[in-house]
Amino acid sequence: MKKNQPSQSDYEKFIEDKIPKPNYLKNCTWAFIVGGLICTIGQFIHNRIEAALNLSHLDATNATILIMIFIGASLTGIGVYDLIGKRAGAGSIVPITGFANSIVAPAMEFKREGYVFGIAARMFVLAGPVLVYGITSSVVVGILYYFLKIR
Amino acid sequence: MLNKKIGKQTIKFLEAPKIISANAIVGPKEGEGPLAQHFDTILDDDLFGLKSWEKAESKMIEETVKAAASKIKLSIKDIDYFFAGDLLNQLMSSTFAARDLQIPYIGLFGACSTLTESLSLSAMMIDGGYGDYAVAATSSHFSTAERQFRFPLELGNQRPLTSQWTVTGAGAAILSNKGKGPSIAYATIGKVIDFGIFDANNMGAAMAPAAVDTIKTHFSDTGLSPSDYDLIITGDLGVIGMDIAKDLLMKEGINVSHNFSDCGVKIFDHEKQDTHAGGSGCGCSAVVFCGYLYTELIEKKIKNLLLVSTGALLSPTSIQQGESIPSIAHAVAIRSS
Repeated sequence: MKKNQPSQSDYEKFIEDKIPKPNYLKNCTWAFIVGGLICTIGQFIHNRIEAALNLSHLDATNATILIMIFIGASLTGIGVYDLIGKRAGAGSIVPITGFANSIVAPAMEFKREGYVFGIAARMFVLAGPVLVYGITSSVVVGILYYFLKIR
Repeated sequence: MLNKKIGKQTIKFLEAPKIISANAIVGPKEGEGPLAQHFDTILDDDLFGLKSWEKAESKMIEETVKAAASKIKLSIKDIDYFFAGDLLNQLMSSTFAARDLQIPYIGLFGACSTLTESLSLSAMMIDGGYGDYAVAATSSHFSTAERQFRFPLELGNQRPLTSQWTVTGAGAAILSNKGKGPSIAYATIGKVIDFGIFDANNMGAAMAPAAVDTIKTHFSDTGLSPSDYDLIITGDLGVIGMDIAKDLLMKEGINVSHNFSDCGVKIFDHEKQDTHAGGSGCGCSAVVFCGYLYTELIEKKIKNLLLVSTGALLSPTSIQQGESIPSIAHAVAIRSS
């Protein structure tokens, strides 16, 4: 560190009490309610289309994911999803609607930089890391599964 | 040679250049805040009728400079220097405004400290006799700053309680040794101070030590004390940073219990406007000074003002590479005429 300045930890200790702490209970409650609500809507859609369209469980799951992504993207487009996210936090980030939001939001933001270097290049700026590590870990788990023959 | 520099970091202006005009333009949110009545123009559209927020920010600078000049019936052509800065890469807003204004331009980057940086340099130009009129202008825009430093607007994330809200606004002040107005007595140029804060969402805590260092140096250089000022106001420390700065100053034996404030605290109603720790950005101290404080100086409600704009000199790259936040503060002492 630089001369004539208190060490980093002294200052960090000094300011510690001055930094407001988030209300974890309130935040968790909101996340639980909104996250749960999104999942309940998903389950409702899943049950309905599985019964109405006579789809297999897996096909109904895929259709539900598409519908939920559409809803997440639409709510982002009309400027509602960020308002939900402000209250719900992880409750609206973790479900797949949050994943849709993380792709549509930068796409909208960088439209002015053009369709190639704006929308297309920036679209995965937030979701990209999730995809990279999501796919990587699924490959690793797949290899382990193959060799260990876990049943 | 006349010795205009006193102490370690302070300039004493012998001619005391005057701020003969000032103008402030703000966005809609700032126009709903407690200082609304003091701003010259409140936009009802933060795009200013243009296609991008960057264009809007640039137009805000241009319009505020024009308005400041027209208040005193000064032609833009007669202004000798245009000192301006903003938060964007390569000073996009200021540069594009300078392209249209066609005033000899010196672009400055001091992050949110740019107002006092530009005021100090303008005052030096005028005091040195290098010109008759200099304009100091700075701007920031919530939406341009968010997309450069943080997340897309529509992303459903939560802002931490320590985060601050970038002010959408631009302010311009015209300095001259002709005409009437409050005068700049001293300028204390700050050093870059880094106390090892890494959290880009807690800039108040990062900048507070820089403000304290500059204020302390100002008093030791000039021999003045806090009681010589009616108001000592920092740029954008926000609620948390202001509290820290006050405590640090008290520790140094500088009693600022009665006359200390912060532009970032003044500009928003933090409870109602959901701005968390307060306002920030180059535009914050610019609009609070050019709108509110300038009028108070003219009306002599404030006679001696110490304006200390504070800047967090971080970049998205420096944060991603794990660097702490270097900060700076410049102080300008202004007296009502």
